[in-house]
Amino acid sequence: MSGLIKSSLARKYVMALSGLFLVIFLILHVTINLASVFSPDFFNEASHFMGYNPLVQFIMQPILIVGVIVHFVMGFVLEIQNKKARSISYVKYKGSANAPWVSRNMIYSGLVILAFLALHFYDFWVHEITYKYVEASPENPTRYYFETVEKFAPFWRTILYVVSFGLLGLHLWHGFASSLQSMGANNKYTVGFKKFAKIFAVVVPLAFAFIALYHHFNPIIH
Amino acid sequence: MKLYLKIWRQKDASSPGKIVDYTLDGVEGDMSFLEMLDILNEELVSKGEEPVEFDHDCREGICGTCSLQINGEPHGPDRLVTTCQLHMRKFNDGDTIVIEPFRATAFPVIKDLIVDRSAFERIQQAGGYISVNTSGNTVDANSIPINKHDADEAMDAATCIGCGACVAACKNASAMLFTSAKVSQFALLPQGKVEAVERVQNMVRQMDLEGFGNCTNTGACEVECPKGISLTNIARMNREYLSATLKG
Ligand code: SF4
Ligand code: FES
Repeated sequence: MSGLIKSSLARKYVMALSGLFLVIFLILHVTINLASVFSPDFFNEASHFMGYNPLVQFIMQPILIVGVIVHFVMGFVLEIQNKKARSISYVKYKGSANAPWVSRNMIYSGLVILAFLALHFYDFWVHEITYKYVEASPENPTRYYFETVEKFAPFWRTILYVVSFGLLGLHLWHGFASSLQSMGANNKYTVGFKKFAKIFAVVVPLAFAFIALYHHFNPIIH
Repeated sequence: MKLYLKIWRQKDASSPGKIVDYTLDGVEGDMSFLEMLDILNEELVSKGEEPVEFDHDCREGICGTCSLQINGEPHGPDRLVTTCQLHMRKFNDGDTIVIEPFRATAFPVIKDLIVDRSAFERIQQAGGYISVNTSGNTVDANSIPINKHDADEAMDAATCIGCGACVAACKNASAMLFTSAKVSQFALLPQGKVEAVERVQNMVRQMDLEGFGNCTNTGACEVECPKGISLTNIARMNREYLSATLKG
């Protein structure tokens, strides 16, 4: 088993599995966010549950953080090794002739997402920790909707979120669809999976962007 | 036609190289790319200059000896052909053509456009074989029934000529397409099953030791491969390796 950790194929499996895990998390995240558009009450309930349920807080949240860290640390390790594998670069290299831009620039879409995660953590996670543990404020199951709307009041933040979701879409476009290939599946059944992954890569980031824009413009209109 | 060539010249493995400009007139569309270089070399020799060194052997797309990164693509802009089969009619009068060696840390330049691809041989030696009794009681291979689909896929994988274009095209200089073709051609056949577990592990280990990069599924290798080796071979190798590792 120890050989598995050192080999290039093991790193490929780790990227694919941690990526797939993060995709599952995205489904959960986008579902709860959508509730904020359609039912503020349900959104408050769900957010309160996620914020105070010990299973979510002390088991799922740490696993998620580990998943994110593993995915991006491994991504950097691979990038460094891959650069080393071509120590002298081409004078002329026509990457566009044989591979899509998104697949060749995962490190850049990934870096933008990572920078976004820092902002996102500051916006919501740091805020939660401060509220719950630093200020030790009492539980208030109805605060989440208004806090969210407030966050999206500044236009710059809304734009940063929307741009990041665009990059998330590009990252998913290549990453999600190629995860089964990494895990060793490439046959007539994976064709359908790839189509689903591409649709997912468009629909989910669009939904996230819509939610951010909705909370920015809705209070202005009303 | 008249061509403006920008060619990588490098005296030996330890000297630094550089791009040198040449102008070549009288090139015809029916010439192969290597014939075009032959003409350039004849001119250079007649002027008392050193000819441009490049690899070639069969000149009919079967040996995998020719290489060259031509205008940023291995084996040039055409698909499913090697450099020796690339016709000059793919270019136009007045074109500038940049000609470089295949670039990978695992393929060091020996001279000019020639690179050392023995890393591929070491990967092959690490497991790209089957053990057959040849001491007089050899069993005829055709006596073992093989499913037509498997036989076809194994044959397709076996058409890899080991040219290294997959590595040259890959932004990560990964050798996954080559290695997976060599794993696949045996993994699909009953004769290859006996050593399947060690084969994939040893070949992948050697591939990593040689310093090739990691595959990130860009698919550039499949597009540039002169033999059309498919990415499904890489998936098969990923699968074989995973099951081999889990087995022990
Ligand atoms: S897989 Fe294709 S490109 Fe790679 S060595 Fe074999 S024939 Fe050449
Ligand atoms: S010289 Fe043999 S394949 Fe080109």
